[in-house]
Amino acid sequence: MAEAAVDHHQTSEDGETRRDFLYLLTGAATVVGAGVMAWPLVDTMNPSADVLALASIEVDLNGIDEGMSVTVKWRGKPVFIRHRSAAEIEEAESVDVADLRDPQTDAERVEKPEWLIMVGVCTHLGCVPLGQKPTDPHGDYDGWFCPCHGSHYDSSGRIRKGPAPLNLQVPDYTFLDDTTVRIG
Amino acid sequence: MSAGTGTTNYTNPVVRWIEHRLPIFSTMDHMVGSQYPTPRNLSYWWNFGSLAGIALVLQIMTGIVLAMHYTPHVDYAFASVEHIMRDVNFGWLLRYAHANGASFFFIVVYIHIFRGLYYGSYKTPRELLWMLGVVIMLLMMATAFMGYVLPWGQMSFWGATVITNLFSAIPIVGESIVTWLWGGFSVDNPTLNRFFSLHYLLPFAIVGVVVLHVVALHQFGSNNPLGIDRKSPKDSIPFHPYYTVKDLFGLGVFLIAFAIFLFYFPNVLGHPDNYTEANPLSTPAHIVPEWYFLPFYAILRAITFDILFIPAKLGGVIAMFGSIAVLFVLPWLDRSPVRSAKFRPIYRIFFWILLADCVLLGYLGSQPPEGIYPALALLGTLYYFFHFLILLPLLGSIERPKPLPASISEPVLGGSAAATPAE
Repeated sequence: MAEAAVDHHQTSEDGETRRDFLYLLTGAATVVGAGVMAWPLVDTMNPSADVLALASIEVDLNGIDEGMSVTVKWRGKPVFIRHRSAAEIEEAESVDVADLRDPQTDAERVEKPEWLIMVGVCTHLGCVPLGQKPTDPHGDYDGWFCPCHGSHYDSSGRIRKGPAPLNLQVPDYTFLDDTTVRIG
Repeated sequence: MSAGTGTTNYTNPVVRWIEHRLPIFSTMDHMVGSQYPTPRNLSYWWNFGSLAGIALVLQIMTGIVLAMHYTPHVDYAFASVEHIMRDVNFGWLLRYAHANGASFFFIVVYIHIFRGLYYGSYKTPRELLWMLGVVIMLLMMATAFMGYVLPWGQMSFWGATVITNLFSAIPIVGESIVTWLWGGFSVDNPTLNRFFSLHYLLPFAIVGVVVLHVVALHQFGSNNPLGIDRKSPKDSIPFHPYYTVKDLFGLGVFLIAFAIFLFYFPNVLGHPDNYTEANPLSTPAHIVPEWYFLPFYAILRAITFDILFIPAKLGGVIAMFGSIAVLFVLPWLDRSPVRSAKFRPIYRIFFWILLADCVLLGYLGSQPPEGIYPALALLGTLYYFFHFLILLPLLGSIERPKPLPASISEPVLGGSAAATPAE
C-alpha cells in the first residue's frame, strides 16, 4: 500500500507520506482512547468512597491496665494496643538498633513509651501474629509470634527472626487526651 | 470441513439436511470421531486429557446451580453455604461434588502433565500445545483459589489474605496492587464479591483455552508411548470407536473413585477450620492451602533468606511463580531429540526422582515451618529447579538413547508390519 500511496501523495525526502503520518496519528488516538476506556474498569476495583470513609477510629484507653493488650479493628485489620510494663520498655530500648533487619529505635515507634500501638498484621504475608493474650506464644523476643510462617517480633513490634521483611506497621495516631487515642 | 463435503456419507435425511447447512456432524467426526486418526498404541495414561475435560464440565454444571443458592456477602456467605448443605434440595450433593470435583480435576490434570513429562509430549512440534496446557493449569489455580474463598470460612479468609499478600512483595507498587486487588485495606466484602464474579468467569476462559489446546492437538495428533511420529496409515486407528470406548471405560473408573470420595469421604480433602466462619482478628494456628497447592506453597516458604538485593519474601514469590514459569520454556530446556522416556535410560530415572521431589514438597507444604522442614523444603526446591534448568539441558548431550523402533506398528505387530490387524 505504501508503494501505491507514493504515486498519489506528496512524498518527503525520506520517503514518508502524509498518509503514514495519518496512520500514526489514528493509531495513537486509538491507543489513548482505549486507555481512557480501560481506566474506569481498572479503577473501579480500587477502594470505594464508603470504604475510604471508614478510615479513622477513636479508642478509649481506660481500663487497659499495665501489661494488658487489646485488639481493635481499623480498616478491617486488627490494631494491637499494648500497655507496656517498665520491663518491656526497658527491653525494647536496650536493643542495639544496628542488629535489626528493619532498624528503628523504640522511641521512633511510640508517642508515649507505655502505649505501643501498631497494626497487628504480619509484614510477611498478612497473618495476625499471636501474643495479645498472656497465654499466647510471644516468640523468642518477648513480643509477638506469627504462627503462619514463623516470624518473631520483639516488645516493640520489630522483626527479629523469620521471613517477614519489616517491623509491624505503626499507624498514624494522635492522643486526643490522656485516655483517648484516634487511629487513622 | 468445507461446505457440502461429507454430506453424502450420511444416510439419515435429517442429518443430511442439517449437515448441508451446518457441517456439525463432519466436524465432530474430525474432532473425536471416525475421521480423526489416532496412534494405535495409546495406553491408559492417555485417558487423562478427556477426563480433565469431563471434570471441567462437571465443575461448571455443579457451579452454575450452586451459584443460584449462594450469597456473595461477608455477612451471609458462610450461612448460605450451610443453607445449601442443610436446606437446598440435593445441596449437600452438589456442594460436595463441586468441592471434591476440584480435587479430582487437579488429580487428573497433574497425571496428564506428568504423562506429558514422561513421554516428552511437549517436544516439537507440540510446544504450543504444551504451553496452552500450562496456561490452563494457571487459570485452574486462580479459579480454584478464588472458589475456596467463597464459603468464607477461616481457611478461605486467611488463604485469601496470604495469597493476595504475595503481590505486596513486588517492589514499589506492591502495596497499591494489593489494595487494588482487595478493593479496600484488607480482604473484605469487595474482595469476596469480585472473587465470586471472577470465579464464575474464569472457567469459561478455561473452556476457551481448552478449545485452543484441542485445536493445537489436532494439528499433529496425540503423542504416543513410543514418542515416534506416525509414518503410515498402519500406525493409526480411528478415534471412534477405539478411543471413545477406551475413554468411556476410563471415565467409569474415574467416576467410581470420585463417588467413593463424594459419598464416603466428602471432607477428607478439605480442612476442618473452614467450617469456622472467617474472623479477620484471629489467624488459625496452622494455615495450609488445599492439597493441590502444597508443593507450590512449600517452594514459597523455602526461601527464608535474602539473596543479594532480593529480600526473602520476594525471593519466595519469585521461586513459586518461577516453578510454573519454567514449564513454559521446558520444550527448549529439554534438548534431547527423543521424546519417550522409554528410550532415555537416564532421563527415566530422573523423571521418577522429580515426581518424588514434587510429592515430598507437597508433604513439606502441609507441615508447619519449623524444625527440619524449611531446610528440606529448600533442598526440594533446589532440586526442582536443578532438574529443569541444569539436568535436562545436560542430558540432551550426554545421554545415549536406546534405538527407536522403525514405526509404531512394528513393535505392536511383533516385528512384522505385514500382519493385518483384526479390525
